[in-house]
Amino acid sequence: MQHGKYRFIVGFLALPLGLYALFVVWPFIQSIYYSFTDWTGLSPEFKMVGFDNYRRMLHDDIFWKSLQHSLLFALVLPLVTISLALFFAFMINVGGRHRRGGPVVSGVRGSSFYKIVYFFPQVLSIAIVALLFAFAYNPDSGAINSLLRGIGLDSVQPLWLGDPDLALWCVMAVLVWSTVGFFVVLFSAGMASIPAEMYEAALLDGASRFTTFFRITLPLLWDTVQSGWVYMGILALGAESFAVVQIMTTGPGGPDYSTTVMVLYVYQKAFRDGQAAYATTIGVALLVVTLAFAAIVMRLGRRERLEY
Amino acid sequence: MGSTAHHGGEGVGRRDLIKRSAALGLVAAPGMGLLSACASSGGDGQDKAKAGKKTAKNPLGVNESAKMEFVLFDGGFGKEYAQDAVKIYQKDFPKATVKFSATQKIQSTLQPRFNQGNPPDLIDNSGAEQMDMGVLVGKNQLADLTPLLDAPSYDDPSKKVRDTLRPGIVEMGQFDGKPVWILYYAYTVYGVWYSQKALDSLDATYPETWDDMLAVCAKAKKKGMAGWTYAGKYPYYIPFSLYPMIGKVGGREVLDAIDNLEPNAWKHPAVKACFEAYYELYKKGYILKGTPGLDHIQSQTAWAKGKALFIPNGSWVENESANVIPSDFNLAVSAPTGIDSSDKMPFGTIWASGGEPFVVPAKAANTEGGMEQLRIMLSEASSKNFTAKVKSLTAFNGGTSGISLTPGLKSGVAALEKAGSNVVNPRLQDWYVQLQKEKIGVAGLGEMMAGRLTPAEAIKKIQGFADEAAKDSSIKHYKHQ
Repeated sequence: MQHGKYRFIVGFLALPLGLYALFVVWPFIQSIYYSFTDWTGLSPEFKMVGFDNYRRMLHDDIFWKSLQHSLLFALVLPLVTISLALFFAFMINVGGRHRRGGPVVSGVRGSSFYKIVYFFPQVLSIAIVALLFAFAYNPDSGAINSLLRGIGLDSVQPLWLGDPDLALWCVMAVLVWSTVGFFVVLFSAGMASIPAEMYEAALLDGASRFTTFFRITLPLLWDTVQSGWVYMGILALGAESFAVVQIMTTGPGGPDYSTTVMVLYVYQKAFRDGQAAYATTIGVALLVVTLAFAAIVMRLGRRERLEY
Repeated sequence: MGSTAHHGGEGVGRRDLIKRSAALGLVAAPGMGLLSACASSGGDGQDKAKAGKKTAKNPLGVNESAKMEFVLFDGGFGKEYAQDAVKIYQKDFPKATVKFSATQKIQSTLQPRFNQGNPPDLIDNSGAEQMDMGVLVGKNQLADLTPLLDAPSYDDPSKKVRDTLRPGIVEMGQFDGKPVWILYYAYTVYGVWYSQKALDSLDATYPETWDDMLAVCAKAKKKGMAGWTYAGKYPYYIPFSLYPMIGKVGGREVLDAIDNLEPNAWKHPAVKACFEAYYELYKKGYILKGTPGLDHIQSQTAWAKGKALFIPNGSWVENESANVIPSDFNLAVSAPTGIDSSDKMPFGTIWASGGEPFVVPAKAANTEGGMEQLRIMLSEASSKNFTAKVKSLTAFNGGTSGISLTPGLKSGVAALEKAGSNVVNPRLQDWYVQLQKEKIGVAGLGEMMAGRLTPAEAIKKIQGFADEAAKDSSIKHYKHQ
């Protein structure tokens, strides 16, 4: 009965592998190929130019600026988002006071309500979120400056997205706001699978919330945190940062290039300046950065798996 | 899995089914590969329609039964005016099928078609997704429109189309030398836009010298109104009044030198004087608070609400802000204020030029049809129809008699009359898009008007950008002829 097994397996895997090669691997190879040409994106003609695009990239100030901003996104965003999400998830699931007659391990009062509140931004499209915040940041009539005026801080009226020192942070804050809920839910699910006896034992021994979190919750949740970290980093390098920067700091990417990120720069070169080949070159650089990011996180985060 | 799925009986067993569907998948995958044929694998273009016979009624020799495809940018001007013109084409060539479509996504719709060599016959290449004209011309993707310009006009067979156009339209469609690649259909007046009513309430007239300008702003400030606002996130609106001012103060040559990316063009004293004049608006607090954080719509809204007196803009602002401009606003436009009486050009020197660029792709199947459609649009009747519908002038010289003009349009026509031949047309914004918008606009002027650069620093930075662009071999360079 075993004869033909391999033939069967190969036949069965050929389709998904073929699709993967065609739609995932091939475009990568194609982009790398185009990065060695002078293709404009507006005409089918192009010729090979060797490493010209790469040389140009190394001397391009805006590229370096965008790289810097993208790296900042990849470092700061996961750190802030995941720390906040861990804290919220812990409070919702484990951090509550023990109530008479209730379960030993529970969240703070109203935790199910908080869960909905945190998750709510997830149902809004990132485009809507970005647009909403663009209005809130309006220095003339936006919600934030109006609030500042309302509480008597007339002298503090920052330009927000119009200020090169603030613009990038404003954009990041929006991403934190919109993604933290997803991780709260993710970590809540992870925490729900941690056996309650562990917490009970810790509580009996008189452990504080602080100790419980760092000695029990975090180690048992480590795998989830790590995948979350990689996921968030890739989002921050790619799609999400593009959407908020493109919508909120329209123009070239903030005042004086203060919010230009790599994906935005790729888009502008390909679809505004008619330099598709140079855009793919930056795209290749982005690919390298993303892969390096994932590799570093996986490497640093490696630790022994806990069985429970 | 192999051992469990075996079926001895009749019919198709589970395992066979899986096998068969896998085989089907093997066949299907390359099929999809064909569908997803890569962008740059295009052929040599489509078959050209055979040219028709040239007659008095058909001077371009359009093939009467050939298909004509027209893609319009669906923006501030809407699509009705083009649909009306398409109806005329269909009346003239009843045997032809015309495919008309309007979209805001010019680039995403048309870029692949250019890559495959089957673009439509006429395109309004406009809007946020405008395709880079310099690249299209450089890669021989556009047809020369000279036959259209030399054809008799739609209304008067004794007049060529080129003789019916407003000054500057033909030159704007050229890039380097003779051929005309683009026909700008709308005609835009750039300048300082304001409410005549607000100005009257200050007991002031539009200032002709910079001292007067500062005095008017001081008056406005006393009444709690800012002197100026602008699209802070898109500071490349500032040049709409700043560049003609530079031309007025220093003469056309200064603007030409800037367009030609000549070394030290920005270091001309006229540029410095104008930058300092604008910077003074910031220093004296005459700019609406928070302006650097506003986009064009937000700044126009603040201006329409009377929070600021002046805004640099183009004549589309009347249509774009129609819903926020109060009915008694009495919109007006003026040529920019100069420095003083020693300026090289008189008050009234204004920036006016073509807008809404129409192109006929070189690889289109029916280039004659595309040009004929343009010829129809440049008739007096079609031009009047456009002006009446969207409150903007067209490239057709005239065509405003007998229709009631809105306040802004009337003021624009008056400003053009006053300017006479003193119309300047800086080309940075269509020759070097990135340099003009991002570098000079946002990183230079925007930073200066927000008070983060002094005029001297801004000039140095901008000159640096211009020198960089002049050296950059990846962009095509142009010169005023």
